Amino acid sequence: MNARRTLVTTARVLAQLRGDHRTIGLMLVVPCVLVGLLAWIYDGTPVFDHIGAALLGVFPFVVMFVVTSVATLRERSSGTLERLLASPMGKGDFMLGYALAFGVMAVVQAVLATAFAVYVCGLDVAGPLWQLVCVAVLDAVLGTALGLLASGFARTEFQAVQFMPAFILPQFLLCGLLVARDGLPDVLRWVSDVLPLSYAVDAMKSVTASAAEGADVGQDASVIAAWIVVSLVLGSLTLRRRTA
Amino acid sequence: MMNDVAVEMEHLRVVRGSRVVLPDLSVTIPAGQVVGLLGPSGSGKSTLIRSIVGVQVVESGLVRVLGQEAGSPALRSRIGYVTQSPSVYDDLSVRANVRYFARIVGADDTAAEDAIDAVDLRDHAGQLVGRLSGGQRSRVSLAAALAGDPELLVLDEPTVGLDPVLRRDLWGLFGRLAGQGRSLVVSSHVMDEASRCDRLILLREGEVLADATLDELLARTGAHDADSAFLALIDRAAQAAR
Repeated sequence: MNARRTLVTTARVLAQLRGDHRTIGLMLVVPCVLVGLLAWIYDGTPVFDHIGAALLGVFPFVVMFVVTSVATLRERSSGTLERLLASPMGKGDFMLGYALAFGVMAVVQAVLATAFAVYVCGLDVAGPLWQLVCVAVLDAVLGTALGLLASGFARTEFQAVQFMPAFILPQFLLCGLLVARDGLPDVLRWVSDVLPLSYAVDAMKSVTASAAEGADVGQDASVIAAWIVVSLVLGSLTLRRRTA
Repeated sequence: MMNDVAVEMEHLRVVRGSRVVLPDLSVTIPAGQVVGLLGPSGSGKSTLIRSIVGVQVVESGLVRVLGQEAGSPALRSRIGYVTQSPSVYDDLSVRANVRYFARIVGADDTAAEDAIDAVDLRDHAGQLVGRLSGGQRSRVSLAAALAGDPELLVLDEPTVGLDPVLRRDLWGLFGRLAGQGRSLVVSSHVMDEASRCDRLILLREGEVLADATLDELLARTGAHDADSAFLALIDRAAQAAR
């Protein structure tokens, strides 16, 4: 691992994004639009206050997953990944470089979406706002890390896009948004106890529900962080310096 | 370590999928020269090049590069590798691309600018690579490798799609680089580029047909150019097999 190579890669990925105004627009605007749509659908009911925050964690997760898995796949198919792996670039430098770059995007996205949810859509948040933003950022970075991992198993763009429903939708069904996780059948509850998005949603719920219990959020956040690290490590294992 | 040898291969065997690309290849590539790797497409040139760089899964055999086992970490900053299709970022400028790859190997921006000059892309330095022509893109890819100031440059068909003037200029550049003591392995399926190489390795169906200078080759076959020498060698090999 080498800090210079990691940061140089982060800067390069951000430079590529900077030239792509439409992707930046989509990354920043789509979560806000979805949150706004949700608030509108449930106008006049308390539902938005219940699930709004949780979705604030889900949207950045999904967006980052898709963007990252496609970006990395492009790197594989263009031959630049082979070139980098033939150079002194470490696998960890590559993964972390990407994670940091999209992490920066995640911070901007999370701040915007949270501000929009709270100030425009009137989301009630009992806990401190900064915690909400932190968890949203963590969720987005989780999406990036899983996207990097997933792209290791995709050979074509078509496959990469299919990983979205394959990796994300099951987690979405089991994360406690549709049915509270306590109410799930035993086996499904065990599965949901392992999946990272469950903790993302739990953390968001904890922040919105109570002002006091920071410890709850901390525990969920550390599970998410552990998933981020594990995905990045597993993802870097899918990078092969030698190929057939 | 012998200083006059850039690459040593002994009984290299490479299988890709169900196809044996290199059955049993042994060859020595001298240092400080431009060595041309010539042969028709599908003859195993790219696989041989990938084996030198250390990105090819090898079934058996030995590949030593600059005194070390191919693919060993210490070699990664000493070899410049240019793949057949340009491996650069279309959504970055020429300058941003070359600077990035230079920084990865620890070279500075001056080295990047020099490399851009060396491939004659000064006028396009600020342009997005995706907007350039195919020949220009492959030169960006070459510049990205040059910027790291490698001891060994391994180039897979770097002159494909270039006009005659540019091809002449690039071969001139390769000669100058070798003059500075660098080693170059350049693959091509254009036989008339043989005259620009210090030494030739003719490859056919994964086997070395000849490993000689052009003059030796012409003398041995009695041919007038590399193309007919190559054909003469193929005929001889076919007769010997009969």
